[in-house]
Amino acid sequence: MSFVEKTTIMDSAEVNRALRRVAHEIVEANKGTDNLVLIGIQRRGVPLARSIQESILELEGVEVPRGSIDITFYRDDLSTIGPAPRVSTTDMSMDVTDKEVILVDDVLYTGRTVRAALDAIMEWGRPRAIRLAVLIDRGHRELPIRPDFVGKNVPTSQREIIKVKVADFDDAEEVVVGEVIGE
Amino acid sequence: MNEFSKDLIGLEHLSREQILTILHTADAFRAVFDRPIRKVPIMRGKTVVNLFFEPSTRTRISFELAEKRLSADIVNFDAGSSSLKKGETLRDTAENIQAMKVDMIVMRHSSPGAAAYLGRILKASVINAGDGPHEHPTQGLLDIMTMRQRLGNLEGKKVTIIGDISHSRVARSNIYGLTKLGAEVTVCGPPTMVPGGIAKLGAKTELDLHKAVADADVLNILRIQLERQSQMVFPGNREYHLMYGVTSEVLRRTKDSCFVMHPGPMNRDVEISSDVADGPRSVILEQVTNGVAVRMAVIYLLSGGDPGSLGATPHGGEGR
Repeated sequence: MSFVEKTTIMDSAEVNRALRRVAHEIVEANKGTDNLVLIGIQRRGVPLARSIQESILELEGVEVPRGSIDITFYRDDLSTIGPAPRVSTTDMSMDVTDKEVILVDDVLYTGRTVRAALDAIMEWGRPRAIRLAVLIDRGHRELPIRPDFVGKNVPTSQREIIKVKVADFDDAEEVVVGEVIGE
Repeated sequence: MNEFSKDLIGLEHLSREQILTILHTADAFRAVFDRPIRKVPIMRGKTVVNLFFEPSTRTRISFELAEKRLSADIVNFDAGSSSLKKGETLRDTAENIQAMKVDMIVMRHSSPGAAAYLGRILKASVINAGDGPHEHPTQGLLDIMTMRQRLGNLEGKKVTIIGDISHSRVARSNIYGLTKLGAEVTVCGPPTMVPGGIAKLGAKTELDLHKAVADADVLNILRIQLERQSQMVFPGNREYHLMYGVTSEVLRRTKDSCFVMHPGPMNRDVEISSDVADGPRSVILEQVTNGVAVRMAVIYLLSGGDPGSLGATPHGGEGR
């Protein structure tokens, strides 16, 4: 079984443009930066949340609080032994109670990661609202979850794989579509 | 990829990579303790039975808390009020419990090999919480976790284990685990309490306490197990304290950075003096906190928590 990259659908400039637009939309929807909190889902949601935080700082001159959350222990598939994300750090030093929490992830697919993240955040407090920002929405939801802010909608087949590469973990910053060859 | 078998019987059977994976996972669980809700839902719907044939306070509470913080359903078995008193065999007891559909059994028993035996005949996972003088793997792991928090990588670090080595499952699990991580282990105690074959496990013997502590990075002081001693192997508690008790006088002969551990429960002023136990160089209570995290990690990994991705990069990149 191997992963073959087919096409690059977003390059570095396009990723940054999309994240800047998402940052604008977040501030617009919230009517400013009051009570905003950004939370990236480990691992690739974390650098994306940081980019959005930087864009908001440029735009409004305010550094909104940012945290990260690891959802490994909130997954629903322990018995099926799937590829689980490695356990990373959760940093929730800010208070989320009565805040407008923006959850940030790279790809929205089945919705199960977001479901787990919602559970995890609720244990830290009672936000006024939780909104979802993703770089890529690729469809195929298995739960009633939808994003509030989307970098790019990418219709995919379930055979395909979307890879978001970020400078922190990969050698490039881009989004590629690939396919699994052979079983 | 680190594959875990369904049972954890001892550190003898774990690889260095598996040990590092457990410790890495335990760090992640340790962070959960600082949250407003010290509980994660990952073991929802799983049932764990704590089967304790020997009295235990700390280990049992520690396992119970670990299971609760993973959201498992738990049942506690008390040997005192059980059918064992009516003559039921271990095998029958265990098979009956398994017939009630449980996922995991945590067992303490006075016979070496009891946990391994159950693991062979049962489909459920078995965690050894101490089998006689053989092994106590989760204690070994929590000791190693505590040492690594202080010392980082244990490669070349000097660990001195003091006390009743022959009767101690804690000593054995420590020696297996520590030598796999590259630490140099020295055992020290009265000659009647140090078995001759200990060198086969990779530990050095030094019967003189003052020499044994001189260049140690950490002292792990064992409990004198009065209940496990069928015949007296030392003249008395006061004599033991004078010869092998770790006091502030003994600590003065160690390196300034040397710290002190004890698996509990302590016999104060026998193997360890109160001023050492309560002093600034004692990490005994950190051991207790780490114990819950280590047990959560073991339960999680044996239940099918994906170790491959978890252990991909244990900190410091030692896992290669």
